[in-house]
Amino acid sequence: MTILMPAYAAVLFSFASGLLALMTHRRPLLESLCLRYAARFPGRIPLVGLLEESRYPIRLRQAVFVLLGISGLLAVLAGSAALVSPSAVTDQIGLGLPWLPWHVRFDGLSGFFFLIIGIAVIAVSVYGPGYVRAYQEEKHPFAVLGLFTGLFVAGMLLVLLADDAFFFMIAWELMSVASYFLVAFQHENPANRRAAFLYLLMAEVGALAIILGFGVLAGFSDGLTFDALRQTNLSTGWASIAFVLALLGFGMKAGIVPIHVWLPEAHPVAPSHISALMSGVMLKVAVYGLIRFCFDLLADAQWQWGVVLLVLGTISALGGILYAMMQPNLKRLLAYSSVENIGIIFMVLGLAMIFLANGFPQLAALGLLAALLHAFNHALFKNLLFLGAGILQHQVHSLDIDSMGGLIKRMPQTSFLFLIGCMSISSLPLFNGFVSEWLAFQTALQVDVLDNGVLRSLIPVSAAALALTAALAAACFVKVFGLIFLGLPRSRHSEKAQEVEDKGMLLALKLLAGLCFFFGIFPTLIIGALNTVAKQLIGQVLPNATLLSWMWLAPVSAQNASYSPILVLIGVLIATGFTFWYLRRNPDTKTMRRSAAWDCGFGGLNARMQYSSSAFTMPFRRIFAKVWLIDEQIDKDMQGAQDMDVAAIHYRLQVQDHSWPKLYQPIAHGINAAARLVGRIQTGNIRVYLGYSFVTLIVMLWVVSL
Amino acid sequence: MNWLLAVIQTLLFVALAPLLSGWLKWCKCHLQNRKAPSLLQPYRDLLKLIRKQPVVAEHASWIFTRSPYIIFSAMVLAASVVPLIAVDLPTAASADVIVLVGFFAFARFFLALAGLDIGTAFGGMGASREMTISSLAEPAMLMAVFTLTMTASTTNLSLAITHVLNEGLVLRPSFIFAMFALILVAIAETGRVPVDNPTTHLELTMIHEAMILEYSGRHLALIEWASQLKLMLYGVLIANIFLPWGIARDFSLHALGYGLLAVSGKLAVLAIMLAISETLVAKMRLFRVQEYLSFAYLLGLLGMLSHIILEASR
Repeated sequence: MTILMPAYAAVLFSFASGLLALMTHRRPLLESLCLRYAARFPGRIPLVGLLEESRYPIRLRQAVFVLLGISGLLAVLAGSAALVSPSAVTDQIGLGLPWLPWHVRFDGLSGFFFLIIGIAVIAVSVYGPGYVRAYQEEKHPFAVLGLFTGLFVAGMLLVLLADDAFFFMIAWELMSVASYFLVAFQHENPANRRAAFLYLLMAEVGALAIILGFGVLAGFSDGLTFDALRQTNLSTGWASIAFVLALLGFGMKAGIVPIHVWLPEAHPVAPSHISALMSGVMLKVAVYGLIRFCFDLLADAQWQWGVVLLVLGTISALGGILYAMMQPNLKRLLAYSSVENIGIIFMVLGLAMIFLANGFPQLAALGLLAALLHAFNHALFKNLLFLGAGILQHQVHSLDIDSMGGLIKRMPQTSFLFLIGCMSISSLPLFNGFVSEWLAFQTALQVDVLDNGVLRSLIPVSAAALALTAALAAACFVKVFGLIFLGLPRSRHSEKAQEVEDKGMLLALKLLAGLCFFFGIFPTLIIGALNTVAKQLIGQVLPNATLLSWMWLAPVSAQNASYSPILVLIGVLIATGFTFWYLRRNPDTKTMRRSAAWDCGFGGLNARMQYSSSAFTMPFRRIFAKVWLIDEQIDKDMQGAQDMDVAAIHYRLQVQDHSWPKLYQPIAHGINAAARLVGRIQTGNIRVYLGYSFVTLIVMLWVVSL
Repeated sequence: MNWLLAVIQTLLFVALAPLLSGWLKWCKCHLQNRKAPSLLQPYRDLLKLIRKQPVVAEHASWIFTRSPYIIFSAMVLAASVVPLIAVDLPTAASADVIVLVGFFAFARFFLALAGLDIGTAFGGMGASREMTISSLAEPAMLMAVFTLTMTASTTNLSLAITHVLNEGLVLRPSFIFAMFALILVAIAETGRVPVDNPTTHLELTMIHEAMILEYSGRHLALIEWASQLKLMLYGVLIANIFLPWGIARDFSLHALGYGLLAVSGKLAVLAIMLAISETLVAKMRLFRVQEYLSFAYLLGLLGMLSHIILEASR
């Protein structure tokens, strides 16, 4: 009961932060309340001064974010407590329908995702006050933003607490609908409304699939509580149907290819701290749902499901990063990169399921651990990058990578923190992204224990695909960092950009970057905690994950593979420090001479001669040409005597996702055609409608009389 | 004692790397009927560069000036985990072969960023091409490496080599495929003919040189040294994984000396083979490289499949 208290409190505080935001236009009400309070307890805190007319909006915003931050802190607290405590805690809340109380269960898995949400929410609440200041109150009311942010966070936390299908769906819908309003926040732009509608549509279709998935389970059990669903004995056929429905529903929310299309539309249009929450955290809640459904509720996992997850994950990982590479808009790029990372998580979950179904629970625990760790790491660095993108949007007034450049000198702190995010997401050693990817490779390499020849050749191939994904991700984020922060500024705005003044915004980035580095060096801390989750879900722990003390990471056995980030760090420090000291001893050559860059002797280098985003990715576009729909046009303006001289050349490039024309447009056409068919019965003539009613009545009477 | 030996081996690695490229150059010159520079020429070049004051492009940021140190130390760390003359050294356990690939990725990341930092077209061109080639090479390399690690059921290089030694001389088709895959990858990753030509500054074809065009002085020395180290790392990987015989298994002076001799001999032969191939083969067009690397991947895949079908224990 005790560890549930901070969890409940976290939910309540996020609700409270949402409700407080509604007070934007209720200053007089608050003031009179305060006056009454002050009258009753004279000599207490001078609350009235805080509510001064001119400072009121700022104070209110700060208070809203403070409440949100407290909610995040409590979530971290509750999550850590749940990871430490050996068994799950259950409870019932008497809300909802009278005969359907809400069941609550808080175990290691929920606790771990509480931790993820908590860290992200803390970062957002530090970052938020500085970020929302730029919104004009008339056009973009803070009340809406604050209210739905609070509801959104509360919804996510409740999903994790839910222990029956009914409560789960209510929380899930709260999360979906609240985030719809956040995506539609800047609704004056038609493209944003379209993105928000697409998001809502796909969220609801996904929710329907989840409800049906629960329905299949509930059809064979006596009740909607997860306990009852766990006891269900399903035939393999029905279990597979439930699995496919859950995969569709949760996959739609998590954004696996090809049902990812809402993600690159919705993430760029939401305010940056919201996109950070959506991409960093909400997708993880979908992963939580899938894990809960497949590893907890469905008792016997089939290895074929694992293969499905593995293949879908591989496609998502490769597709996500290839699409990401082609995006000139930073937030769209980050959204596609989330598709990639979710793909990696799904791949490793698939491996875990394959091992579990083949009777290797210990290796399954390793896979599950790698997947959860990657979810955690992705939440950290993707939040960092989205919040960084928000700062860039503020300071450069654009998200177009091709209009930035040279910002490392203008924004030294942001650029350094952003670099850490880029290095983590490119899974370079010493940073957290590398650890989870290393564990994923280790899981894949255990394939030798399996008997099935197909699996034994499929899994290494998907591991190679994972290697390709990692390398492409590095290329993509070299492009991102190189074009945004290095080189010469490509626009007037980026030439004039300044470091962000708000300390809180930078502090949030510092917090996340610090955690990225910390968990890259000491991954054993979080892996030890994750063992609890594996024990509760699969009943197995990794013997050696923490056995070799905090210095070493040796998941299978010390004879098998080991990685010691701290030794690597010491080695790097010694090697760099020594060469740095040794080569700069000579005072004559210590200072460097600055000179113009080599311009081939023609002179006049300018910013437009640098590689642009489309130039950088051109080799990839050519090699993987089939992956995209590429529309490339070169128009030449001719002039001169016989139109022989080229006056100007226009280059236009459009890179599109295959899934729109191949999958979604046929569906949309089909629905439209069906609607037209149904529409034929609408003649607009009242006599015909009366006739319909009459026929319906007759048919009903006949049905009743049977 | 073991740690001391590990440090000595790493230093030996770093110290011998320029000699290997000197030897390679010497062989190539003789094959092409040119007068060869001394074997020690690379050392002289490095010393000369270190003594000079570096000139830095005016728009360069700290990324450009610090990258050489980062790249060099990543390579030194990589050298510290690859067994050169002895197995079972303590550093080998701190990082396995996947981390080794990670070190290469780390160095490449900063090299590409440094290329983009100066704001010229060359830098971007080199960065873009380097990232393209490496992203195609990485899966091929891991395919080849996985064949080895699955046979030895460990990703620790030292233990894997011990496993191969214990097995004795067995003809494994998977290893032959994997070795050829790794050789092809090594040629691509170290920027040798036919993928890149390290001796040219021809604008349209250069990859590695395009990124480091603006480097001079000690920065250039570090970058050059790092690429010499990388060449040697790949050479040692090929030589010691697939033909490990001669490597020291205990730390007696005799065994260590023998190990040093053995690895020098193997590297010398590999370098001669590389020189011959560089003399015979012309450089490819950039967009033929993908076919070359998919061939390497295919070889790796064949190695993996033949391991699974022909050699697996069950």
